[in-house]
Amino acid sequence: MARIDLVELSHSYRPNPRSRDDYALPKLNMTWKDGGAYALLGPSGCGKTTLLNIISGLIQPSAGKVLFDGQDVTSLQPQQRNIAQVFQFPVIYDTMTVFDNLAFPLRNRGWKRPDIQKRVEEIAEILDLTGDLKNRASGLGADAKQKISMGRGLVRPDVAAILFDEPLTTIDQHLKWTLRRKLKQIHAQLKLSLIYVTHDQVEAMTFAEQVAVMYGGEVVQMGSPQELFEEPAHTFVGFFVGSPGMNLLPCAIEGNEAVIDNIRIPLDPERAQKAAATNSPLKLGIRPEFLGVVKTETTPSGTIGVPTVIESVEDLGNFKIATTRLGTHRLKAKLPETVEITPGPAQLCFPTARTRLYADDRLIAA
Amino acid sequence: MQLSLQGIGKAVGGEMHLADISAELTSGLNVVLGPTGSGKTSLLRLIAGLDRPTAGKLLLDGRDITALGVNLRNAAMVYQQFVNYPSFTVYDNIASPLRQGKSHDAREIDRRVREAAALLHIEPMLDRLPSQLSGGQQQRTAIARAIVKDAELLLLDEPLVNLDYKLREELRAEMRNLFIQRKTIVVYATTEPSEALLLGGSTMVLDQGRVLQFGPTLQTYHHPVSTRVGTIFSDPSMNLLDAKIEGAQLHLSADLAFGLPAHMADLPAGQYRIGVRATHVSLSPNGADAIPALADVDLAEISGSETFLHLRHGPLNFIAQVEGVHPFGLGAQVTVYLNRARLYAFDGGGKLVGAPIIGDIREGSGHGTH
Repeated sequence: MARIDLVELSHSYRPNPRSRDDYALPKLNMTWKDGGAYALLGPSGCGKTTLLNIISGLIQPSAGKVLFDGQDVTSLQPQQRNIAQVFQFPVIYDTMTVFDNLAFPLRNRGWKRPDIQKRVEEIAEILDLTGDLKNRASGLGADAKQKISMGRGLVRPDVAAILFDEPLTTIDQHLKWTLRRKLKQIHAQLKLSLIYVTHDQVEAMTFAEQVAVMYGGEVVQMGSPQELFEEPAHTFVGFFVGSPGMNLLPCAIEGNEAVIDNIRIPLDPERAQKAAATNSPLKLGIRPEFLGVVKTETTPSGTIGVPTVIESVEDLGNFKIATTRLGTHRLKAKLPETVEITPGPAQLCFPTARTRLYADDRLIAA
Repeated sequence: MQLSLQGIGKAVGGEMHLADISAELTSGLNVVLGPTGSGKTSLLRLIAGLDRPTAGKLLLDGRDITALGVNLRNAAMVYQQFVNYPSFTVYDNIASPLRQGKSHDAREIDRRVREAAALLHIEPMLDRLPSQLSGGQQQRTAIARAIVKDAELLLLDEPLVNLDYKLREELRAEMRNLFIQRKTIVVYATTEPSEALLLGGSTMVLDQGRVLQFGPTLQTYHHPVSTRVGTIFSDPSMNLLDAKIEGAQLHLSADLAFGLPAHMADLPAGQYRIGVRATHVSLSPNGADAIPALADVDLAEISGSETFLHLRHGPLNFIAQVEGVHPFGLGAQVTVYLNRARLYAFDGGGKLVGAPIIGDIREGSGHGTH
């Protein structure tokens, strides 16, 4: 296992890149610590596959360096880099037994028979494949095949990192729980460096200790799931993480209040003052989980009610989503399933501790 | 409109794909929810007329359509993969069903193409080729083409599965409203419980080629007729715990017994399976129905706004989905609270015998309150 540093990295698929738009990755500096469980989260086209392929060596970056434990590997071929990769679709040999599939990467590297036996059995045990070791892979279900594929990635103890490229996309909803849990346990047991690429926020957040969110070729935030949720560093993180995403509204600042369509919303004074000092376009952000909606005159302590109209309420079984109106904007609020609330006039409450401000889409820190 | 499935069966080479499917589908959204391999695609293909059943009949508004092929059925289908004509513009892709068979005049075609494009928010892309579109826009084009001819039957086979998470969220929210005012019978196949809940309408739970339950979506969710429906229609799966009723007490384990909730009061003594959804296990007591249980934490998965706790109490394994961030080390102990008023009781055969009384489910509305 190794620490991976990306230094002043940039990549363009065009021959003579000039403007920023010509770059799939404009410029990137980041560190993946040894033994960390990371996720790379972003929509299609955000550059995450490009970044993954640069780490594995399938792509040579236009500029910058890739370091494994301080050693420059930028010009090394994938097979010289000691990286294991697990893809979206299982990559296994159907005609081989499960044992031979798992043993394959070790035999290729000239491991001795007893060592292979020991390691394969260890990995099979972790993945609940022990009972299948003598069976041919062709007869197994999609989930078992993907487990073998993961096992082939995990079997070599000497790899610098294991890259997972959307490994659970084709897996059944309920099996995802089992496999994700397996991966977490494997990480705790074997202390491997894992980088997990996905567009699925739930997979990223539940798997990783640190999540890097990519947008337009840039890592706009690297943080714990809690940080991404509570302190989105960029409006894109607010929008992309969470379901529904953060409510984002263009606003102006007057005193310690945000003004949206002549409606005033109280703010944390420190954030408000910092926002007032910039000339950049401002946005107010609040997560549907933190936006209060009450039909009564009185509001929860510490909040001031803003008049609104509830347009609709969707009952989604475990929770409800209320769509409310604020001036020309629509805001969503996530409410517990037990709340009885119906469309009509109501009040919105913005807790100041949960209300965020963005200048040029970047968070104004407290 | 009404599509009546009467004892539909489909066997291929002696292997049963669908068995004894009887249901009445009506205009609006009908979700078919089932795990991979449950027969969803087989059922959609039969309804579209792409395949013939080996048993049973299909009646559309009372007319027997069992023997009619796809071209005689006025059906449209949207697949997982985005299927568009690569050399046609978006406009021509959407117009293509109107230019086949029945002749529409150019003005009528133009009006309907623009209307469908507007509904799917792809008007600015009408002159582009599919290859110049994102995945989400390609699937929007395929859906626009499917709705443009106002088909009587619209079949959507996991149409969003190949899209990014956020795009899925966006399209799903639109789907819910897209079909409310239409006479089209929409059948939407999915493996995801949350998708069924977001779409609303009615939900058919399919498993191993058989219908386990069919009814308004929320009612089906709150009233799963069997442990299997509870498992399929919950994410994470409904926790199922072996239990025993004895002397007006529910015994979940040697040191976890409590008085029966009102909705189980009439159940005779004996062995049961108790179902509890992960959202009804909490970290703080919530009213008089909170039953404390000391549990070992096997794993805490933090999703940002929520934490999924994988818990063990004696012989019982279960998952709690709690609000907020709660990091627990491996092997930590925690007191959790089961909401007694939200427990389901299933008999030895897995059949629902006691269900919580929940809000307005008797209205039978899957569309929520609008």
